[in-house]
Parts: sequence; structure tokens; C-alpha cells
Amino acid sequence: MAAVRHVMEFERPIVELERQLEDLKRLDVSAQPELASEIAQLEAEIAMLKDALYSALTPWERVQVARHPERPKTQDYVGALFSEVVELRGDRAYGDDEAMFAGLGTIDGVRCVVLGHRKGKNTTENIRRNFGSPHPEGFRKARRAMLLAEKFGLPVVSFLDTAGAYPGIEAEERGQAWAIAECLETLAGLRTPVVVVGIGEGGSGGALAIGFGDRLIMLENAYYSVISPEMCSLILFKDPQHAAETASALRLTAVDLVELGIADEVIEEPLGGAHRDPALVLARVEDAIVRALRELASVPRDELVARRQARLASIGADSVRE
Amino acid sequence: MPVSDWFKAREQRRYTVVSPGAPSADLPDGVWLKCDGCKHTVYRGDLEANLSVCPHCGHHAEMPAKDRLLALADEGTFEETDATLSSTDPLRFTAAKPYAETLASAREKTGLAEAVVTGRALVGGHPAVLGAMDFRFIGASMGTVVGEKVARAFDRAREEERAVVFVTASGGARMQEGMLSLMQMAKTAAAVRRFSDAGLPYVAVLADPTYGGVTASFPVLADVIFAEPGAMVGFAGPKLVQETTRQSLPKGFQTAESLVEHGFVDAVVPRTELKATVARVLDYLCAQDVHPAAEGAACPVAFEEGS
Ligand SMILES: [Zn+2]
Repeated sequence: MAAVRHVMEFERPIVELERQLEDLKRLDVSAQPELASEIAQLEAEIAMLKDALYSALTPWERVQVARHPERPKTQDYVGALFSEVVELRGDRAYGDDEAMFAGLGTIDGVRCVVLGHRKGKNTTENIRRNFGSPHPEGFRKARRAMLLAEKFGLPVVSFLDTAGAYPGIEAEERGQAWAIAECLETLAGLRTPVVVVGIGEGGSGGALAIGFGDRLIMLENAYYSVISPEMCSLILFKDPQHAAETASALRLTAVDLVELGIADEVIEEPLGGAHRDPALVLARVEDAIVRALRELASVPRDELVARRQARLASIGADSVRE
Repeated sequence: MPVSDWFKAREQRRYTVVSPGAPSADLPDGVWLKCDGCKHTVYRGDLEANLSVCPHCGHHAEMPAKDRLLALADEGTFEETDATLSSTDPLRFTAAKPYAETLASAREKTGLAEAVVTGRALVGGHPAVLGAMDFRFIGASMGTVVGEKVARAFDRAREEERAVVFVTASGGARMQEGMLSLMQMAKTAAAVRRFSDAGLPYVAVLADPTYGGVTASFPVLADVIFAEPGAMVGFAGPKLVQETTRQSLPKGFQTAESLVEHGFVDAVVPRTELKATVARVLDYLCAQDVHPAAEGAACPVAFEEGS
């Protein structure tokens, strides 16, 4: 288990009890014999509380886990799961956006194009990478890499982890909406397998631009949503404080997405979240990607695209009354 | 970033809308309306006869989707499709108030089943599928029904070898249908791709306001993109951009005019010239394979095609 530094709001009661436990343990047990049983009781209580808390996270709590700064990031997955990695940089029009990763990499002996939103691990990295929120250049780089994948018959593996496309002045002036829409159109007809893994945040159109394909695999605490719970709360309640309520209403969890027919598979995380045991999570994600790529390898390209489009066409079709 | 903040976008606008359905309190019976562009009082009949464009200052007011389509279609040719499609509230969404109530009051207010109107028509003699979004219906946000109607419109146009002309206005994806709404962006983009691969023409007209997940899907994938004068178009709403960047926004930010300057829109076209302009583009792009331009003039037209 990794040592975790960042404490989430809903974990505070447990962290407080753990602090009390540490205080008790510092006392001299030989002087106070009743202390030993008190410590044991508190330890048992904490274990029970943890189990109860983490095994039944609310959607809003999952969103916080998805945003946990120590959660494994795109670069961790790329580094651990892919060999012979070659990064591809630049959109060939304006610049290189470090909020979006694109590259070549090999997994299970399969050469792939790898995409992913790239958050930083510290403030310096996060400033360079704009906290994982791409500008149009990022989406255009991703699209360039998708077309390269198609041209050379390489499958695409894409990791989602963004609060959303960056809402900035220059991003708008350089055509954020155009860049995203072109990714969607390209993915919709891309003649090569596309495997998407939701590893953290799936923020709206900025996630969707590299966020649909032939398989959508979601980590248990990853979320994928049309709007952030806070913004949804701000619009509907004129107040961001109802995020817990809107997080539930939006049906944004991994399990919700499977029920809605959007995601295919949920990968179980260790108790407390992926950051508690990154190695375990990396191994599970590797297994899921390898299985998906093997399944998709034999599907003829025409059928692959037809199936992808038929699935898109069916999304929401049930909720339409003639 | 989520950008369904169209409430905020609306507040940010430099001018407000003359709504023919909602006259100012000091004017009797909606016969006279005050233009928020120039503050002139305008006779409602005059405004409507001029496609809701102020005769004094040229301000383009909001317009019901059906009126837009009737103005684009050759007279008597518009035939609506999928008119009764409506949402079943797939998430049983409740926050602040039940979505079902929001839907019911939007239906009552507009007389529409949903936020987009589609249909077949001729435009300058060219067989086309037309669509227009109605901002009065929950900000013309795109949920499952809007996505389905847009996708059907493109698929129908592909099957019947028609052009597509779409007038957009929307706050973005409809948050009350959650991820099902977000996926409509991909679904409509896929429909455009199928349509476009068939070699048929698509003209989009961006009207005020077009934002968020709607802008970033089917509208900007058109072969030719026009925008109405003064229309605000973008991904993130201006208020969100300002709050995020803490910078003051450049003059003309996200206006149709600035989008032409930045290279994202072909032309700003006044509503009164829209039909003629769209028809001229379709003259160039329609059915050239079927009708080689032997006469060197506009391509001939299949008037007799059934609708
Ligand atoms: Zn005026």
C-alpha cells in the first residue's frame, strides 16, 4: 500500500480517528494497562469504518477519488504498460499541447497509437500541461495520431483524464469546438480498433474527443459526465453547493455508464481508490486492454466501423418516444 | 469544460432579444415591440414580415425554428418529419426540480415536442432536408431526442440524396439526460460523416447563440458554414472563459464577425439574404455528377421528386 498524502473531504473523520490512534500509541501502555484494549478497539472501529465508507462511495465521493492528485495518470499507464514508446508531438499547424499525449507504443506485442489527457504530478508539470485541459492543438494532435493509426493499421488505445477542454480566450479563438468536432467525426469512421480507458476524470466534450470507440473500459472510481457536478449545481440551483446531489442525478459513475449501455467493463479498484495500490490497478488495466485488443483484432474493418456507428446510433434511441 | 452555461452566456450578451412572444409590459398586447438593439419601437407585424430583423438597426432577434425553416424553404414545399418525437426522461433526472416538469413547461410554452424541427423541402429548387433549433425549448439543448432527430435528418438526406441545411442555436448538451446527451455529439458527428462520405452537400447556419457540445459536433462539420450577424458562437460560454482566465475578453469575442476573421466561418449572412445565399451554394454543390454543367449554369433541379 502506498503512503497517501492528499486527504479527501469525506475521509476526514477516519483520518481524525487515525490521528487519535497514533496519539494513544505514543502513551506508555505499561503505566495504563487498560490502554491496550482501548487501542485494539479503536483499530477495529477504524477498520470497520473504512470498509463501510470505501465500499459504498457516493457518486460525488467517487468524483473526488477520480480527481485525487496521487491517482495513477496517463503517463503512468503509458510508462508501465507500453514498451518502445515514441512520443508524437505537435499539431502541424500551431504548436504542441502537453495536456494531450500522443505516441506509439507496444502492448502484448501489438504496436499501437496511444492517446491520453495528461495531468501533471506537481505544480510545475501541471502548469506546463494546463492541468490536463487541452487547447485545440491538443485535439488536432490527437486527430493527427488517429489518422496515422488508420493509415498504418495500428489500433488506438486512449486514456481519459481531463476536467474538460480548456475554456480560454485563445482556445476559443483557435477553434476549440471545431477541433473537438473533427476528432468526433474522425473517430466515428476510423478504420482501426479503438479502445478507450476512463482512468480518472471524463469531463464533457474534451474527454469525448478521444473518448469513444469499440470498447469503453472504466475504472471503478473514474467518472464520465456531460457537465461537472459543480457546474450543473451552479446552473440548476444557482449555487455550486449541491454538487453531491447533481453528481447522483447525472448518472456519471462507471457502473451507471454500463447500465446506460455506454461503457463495456468496470475495473475494480483497491479499497479507497487506485492511488492506494497503483501496481494492482496498472496490472488490471493492462489485462483489460490486452483482452479488448485481442477480441477486436479479428473483426473486419468494415464491420468494426459499422458496429461502432450502429452502437452510437442506438444510444438514447430507447429514450425517444415516437 | 462543461459549457451548458447558456444562462450566463445570455446575460453576457451586449444586447437582448426582441421576443415577439413576450412584449414589454408597457406596450399593449404585443402589437408594438421595443428593439433592444436600437430601442426603437417596432410594429410587430413589420418585424415578423422582416424575419424578426429590426428595420431600423438590423438587429437579428430570436426566431422560432419553424419560422426559420419556412423562410428557407421554397414556398409550400416544407414538410415536417419526426414532429412528435419526445423525451422519456431516461435518467428520471431531478435536481432543483424534476426534468419532467421542465420538459412539460417547454412543450407548453413552445407548442413543440422538442428543441429541433426537421423536415423535407426544396431550397432554390434543390431537394433538401432542413433543420432548425428552437432556443425557447430548454435553450435548444441537445439530449437524446435532438440527437436522434439530427441523426435521422442526415441519414434521411443520405438515403434520398438530398442536401442538408441546418440552422443552429443552442446552449449545448442537455445536462438532464447526462451522458446520453454527451454521446449525441458523437452520434450526430457519425451521421454527418456517413452523409458526407456519400458526397452530398451540407450548409450550416450558426445563429445566436450556439455553444458547447452542440457547436462541437454536427454544426461545424458542414461543407460551408454561415453565421447570422452578431451571433455569439463558441465552445465555452463567455462568462466561464472570463471566470477561468480572469482576463477581460477581447472586443467582439465569439461573435460571428470575429469567427470569420479567425477563419472558422465562411461569411456573415443577414437573415434576409440567407435563403438566396444558401440556394446559390447549393447550385454549385448539388448533383453535379448527375447533371454535368453542360449549360454552364446552375445545376438542374428535380422538382418532381416526391417528398
Ligand atoms: Zn433595432
